[in-house]
Amino acid sequence: MRPGLHEEWGEIDLTERIEAFLSDLKRGGSGTGPLRGSAEMARETTALLRRIAAQARWSNAGDLMEIIRTEGRRMTAAQPSETTVGNMIRRVLKIIREEYARSRGSSEETDQQESLHKLLTSGGLSEENFRQHFAALKANVIEAINELLTELEGTTDNIKMQALEHIHSNEVIMTIGRSRTVEAFLKDAARKRKFHVIVAECAPFCQGHKMATSLSEAGIETTVITDAAIFAVMSRVNKVIIGTQTVLANGGLRAVNGTHTLALAAKHHSTPLIVCAPMFKLSPQFPNEEDTFHKFVSPHEVLPFTEGEILSKVNVHCPVFDYVPPELITLFISNIGGHAPSYIYRLMSELYHPEDHEL
Amino acid sequence: MAESGVTDGLCNTDDIERSKTEGKELTKEEKQRLRKEKKQQKKNKEKNDEKTSHEGEKKKNKKKKEEQPAGSASQPPAQPSPKAVPAPAPPPPAAAAVPVPASEAPAPADKPAKSKADLKAERASKGKKGDVGQPAPTGKLKAPPSELQPVVKRLPEHVQVDNPEVVKKLAKKLERQQIPLRSDYGYKVSLFSHLHQYSRKAPLTQQLGIPSTVIHPAIVRLGLQYSQGIVAGSNARSVALLHAFQQVIRDYTTPPNEELSRDLVNKLKPYISFLNQCRPLSASMGNAIKYIKKEISNIPSQCKEEEAKIKLLNCIERYINEKIVLAAKAIAKYSIEKISDGDVILVYGCSSLVNHILCEAFEKKRKFRVIVVDSRPRLEGREALRRLVQKGISCTYVLISAVSYILPEVSKVFLGAHALLANGYVMSRVGTSQIALVAKAFNVPVLVCCETYKFCERVQTDSFVSNELDDPDDLIVTRKGKTQLEHWQKVPSLGLLNLVYDVTPPDFVDLVITDLGMIPCTSVPVVLRVKNVDQ
Repeated sequence: MRPGLHEEWGEIDLTERIEAFLSDLKRGGSGTGPLRGSAEMARETTALLRRIAAQARWSNAGDLMEIIRTEGRRMTAAQPSETTVGNMIRRVLKIIREEYARSRGSSEETDQQESLHKLLTSGGLSEENFRQHFAALKANVIEAINELLTELEGTTDNIKMQALEHIHSNEVIMTIGRSRTVEAFLKDAARKRKFHVIVAECAPFCQGHKMATSLSEAGIETTVITDAAIFAVMSRVNKVIIGTQTVLANGGLRAVNGTHTLALAAKHHSTPLIVCAPMFKLSPQFPNEEDTFHKFVSPHEVLPFTEGEILSKVNVHCPVFDYVPPELITLFISNIGGHAPSYIYRLMSELYHPEDHEL
Repeated sequence: MAESGVTDGLCNTDDIERSKTEGKELTKEEKQRLRKEKKQQKKNKEKNDEKTSHEGEKKKNKKKKEEQPAGSASQPPAQPSPKAVPAPAPPPPAAAAVPVPASEAPAPADKPAKSKADLKAERASKGKKGDVGQPAPTGKLKAPPSELQPVVKRLPEHVQVDNPEVVKKLAKKLERQQIPLRSDYGYKVSLFSHLHQYSRKAPLTQQLGIPSTVIHPAIVRLGLQYSQGIVAGSNARSVALLHAFQQVIRDYTTPPNEELSRDLVNKLKPYISFLNQCRPLSASMGNAIKYIKKEISNIPSQCKEEEAKIKLLNCIERYINEKIVLAAKAIAKYSIEKISDGDVILVYGCSSLVNHILCEAFEKKRKFRVIVVDSRPRLEGREALRRLVQKGISCTYVLISAVSYILPEVSKVFLGAHALLANGYVMSRVGTSQIALVAKAFNVPVLVCCETYKFCERVQTDSFVSNELDDPDDLIVTRKGKTQLEHWQKVPSLGLLNLVYDVTPPDFVDLVITDLGMIPCTSVPVVLRVKNVDQ
């Protein structure tokens, strides 16, 4: 009997939930559905995966991993730009591997990681097919996923607490667009220090406006500037603090469009660029995949349909993301502390197993 | 004899100083008196050059400093000293003169307190250099422009908004000229508290009576067009200004007992103040005004009024033709050499010159496509897009935040300029420096196209010290029915910044194409020097 999802009545509920989640993903990305933050998306994905682990039929770790991989592929295909979904799936897969290894009694380090020594000396040992059955595995996996959920809930607080280490008084800080992490970061620092924030509005969606109103309501001196004035005011800025959508495997960023210009301007003036990104945004993708890197939305935002007579003769582009190379970034602040961009590859190996990089 | 002449002069200069500090215009008699004194001064100077008498020096100091404003009052166009470009035109010498005597008035008053012995000791320590230094500035007022001049630059009023004295003096001057003062609007970001910030919804003309007796209606219309943004772009503004001045000259009649050359210049001063209040003058407009004033004051006094007017009208026509129309043709000719088949050209905003170049190149059957980059809130790129699409050029359109996405496809960047500063910086629409920065990072050549009449003797290193702040309400946008910043005025810690210009450092610019040829950015002062010597 092949383990699967579609057997019992109780599992139809699970299928429905997954389908609902997938359709939410599809709609959310095109800008028509409700906009969700990445943290929310990560929490929902993890909750869904916990449900799958609890309710689906599986007898050994290999089956569970297969189920999660299949569902994961569907989820990432629904919205390729939403990388947090894929990241959470890979985290859960790693959790399963770890729990399996612990149940088997072997140490995690030696089994899990490929090394040249292993490849040369022990040819067949890495045939780990996870077929052994352990009774306590289910409970352990669910407990580990719960820990992951707690960690997710605490990420913003952990980042916030580091704010005072990085912001001194009478500083001028620049940011772009709207990031909930950066907002919390700045508001926390504003409790004790007085500083000035310049927000670039980030056309065409002008998310910066919302950020500015929110910051000014917390009593922070805020100025809104247009995207065109970024280089002009950069000479007076002491620090640039931004959020990002994804942190790539080489330490680069996939952030909202306009961030590359901001990073270049900061580099020109030797201003430090600080990225506040929680660990669940770290993704094992590299930026060279041209067809999946960029996401475009309706050009109506850029050139509205009221300009009808020229609209048909012109190409209009409205990309959503920008690639920022790691040379332009000074520091990453995440929930586990601060790191240089050159350290990201190491963190990745701790979070994800190399075999899960391709779902 | 020298003494008596000098003491006479002393009483007169006191009178004149008093009237200046009170803000009254120098009457004709006072001006003539000053001119006489200057002639006497020259005679005295030649006599006293070897002498080192204290009183002579003391009075000379006072006179020199007063003569400088008097000298400048009578010869604004001839003085080619490196004043800030807006300075010769908008803040007429009266305003410039008023702050100077105000600071000088205490200085001469202090001097008599020192004993003669002290002064002699001072001067002995300074040596002959002090002697030569003081007569030197007056002499050099009339010196040919190719010599280096140690003249103190006077800051234009529009970058001293945070100085209450300057603001008061401007208000007094405008009151005298019967022009309403435009008040600032909204919360100004602290970095820019030295600049004006006006609202488009409160144009200056609302405070003018109809019909306005002081200001010619063509000028009123022009001022309104400037402040509402109907006429925008430095070439368009200059041409509109020159046409308006042509209309003024046509309608002008010399009053009896007045000379056309002096009276017309005086008539133009309140117009220029008015236009400056509507929207700060651009560098190109400043140069045009300098040229007109020079032409007017060079009209010989025996010339009949009709002839003089025709001459001036022709001068202006020629200026427009040479400096703008023919220059555009020359620049287009040079630029077409730089455009090759298969090029992908990036342009920013709407520059009339760059549009002209692209249209010409398209007519010469070059195969290229254009990417137009635009930015909020002005969205001038749409106008450029319309013009290019009408010609049939294939275009792409993006916003400035997407420029690092589109730049890998681009082979050249063509930018227009508002002014070229003497240290090689390019002053242009805000966002230009950003485009040049990103193009440099991707190793794409950046070419700036600029006519020589926009070259300016000012220097500037950042976009803060001298800029223009546009209406902050332009940044407010309604998306999906929600306007985030609608009540920004009510929130005390929120400010909106709408800059108009920024400066691009010369290391981002690879080539400047002018009507004199293709030059690097750093050759701007050379061109200025050559032009000044020609004139």
